[in-house]
Amino acid sequence: MEPQHQPPRRRGLTAIDGALALITILLIVQMWLLTATLESYLAGHHEVALPGAIVSGVIFLICAGLYLFVRRVDADARETSRENRRD
Amino acid sequence: MKLFQPESKRPLWKDEFSINRADEQYVSRRQFTKFLVLTSLGMFAGNVWILARSLFRKSPVYPEQNICRATDVPVGGVWLFRYPTEKDACILIRPDDQTYVAYSQKCTHLSCAVYYAPAKNRIECPCHEGYFSVKDGSVLQGPPPRPLPRVVLERRGDQLVAVGITIKEET
Repeated sequence: MEPQHQPPRRRGLTAIDGALALITILLIVQMWLLTATLESYLAGHHEVALPGAIVSGVIFLICAGLYLFVRRVDADARETSRENRRD
Repeated sequence: MKLFQPESKRPLWKDEFSINRADEQYVSRRQFTKFLVLTSLGMFAGNVWILARSLFRKSPVYPEQNICRATDVPVGGVWLFRYPTEKDACILIRPDDQTYVAYSQKCTHLSCAVYYAPAKNRIECPCHEGYFSVKDGSVLQGPPPRPLPRVVLERRGDQLVAVGITIKEET
């Protein structure tokens, strides 16, 4: 079924699943970044701490943005389904 | 900005406990997303903690400490001591007549006590077969991620004195 012909709830779920997959990938990258930064710090390479923290912060902001997107899609879908039930 | 608009006029708890089965999928996905984002926040906090430790670290001051007389250690022999505190086990090695080297005895992998293998002229960790060079403490083989911290020695007459610790960077 073409996306524009899917019911709103199904489209919403697809969008949320996509956002969830993206967040999962970002989390894996962030986890690797944390372990690599810690390893470098323990090895005496203190200069990697700043770029590590900046990149980790950017990843967190992207994740937070995706979470807001999920909340928005979720709210829209709930609203639509409520209207459909009323009709 | 549309992204930050209020999501619904209806209280959220009415949707959280919805009687419609389809709504539950949304609730669980949203909660799972929130959990993942909080995990991301936790890892960001970890990175910030490492940054703070880097920015506010103090250069350690090492005391001078007599270890032993040079003649106390035979060629190919070792002398165990503790430096800079009683909790830090170290090993002094005399690989040849004129050479004395000392390292932390804690393996950089999982802190097992390393020992000197004179037959192969290397420092070995018995736990996971990590090998270190006697010359500079660098990793020759195995899982240790970093070289052994080296104790800086000075020879004052017949006395060997520990004056500091250096950490060799990986190449």
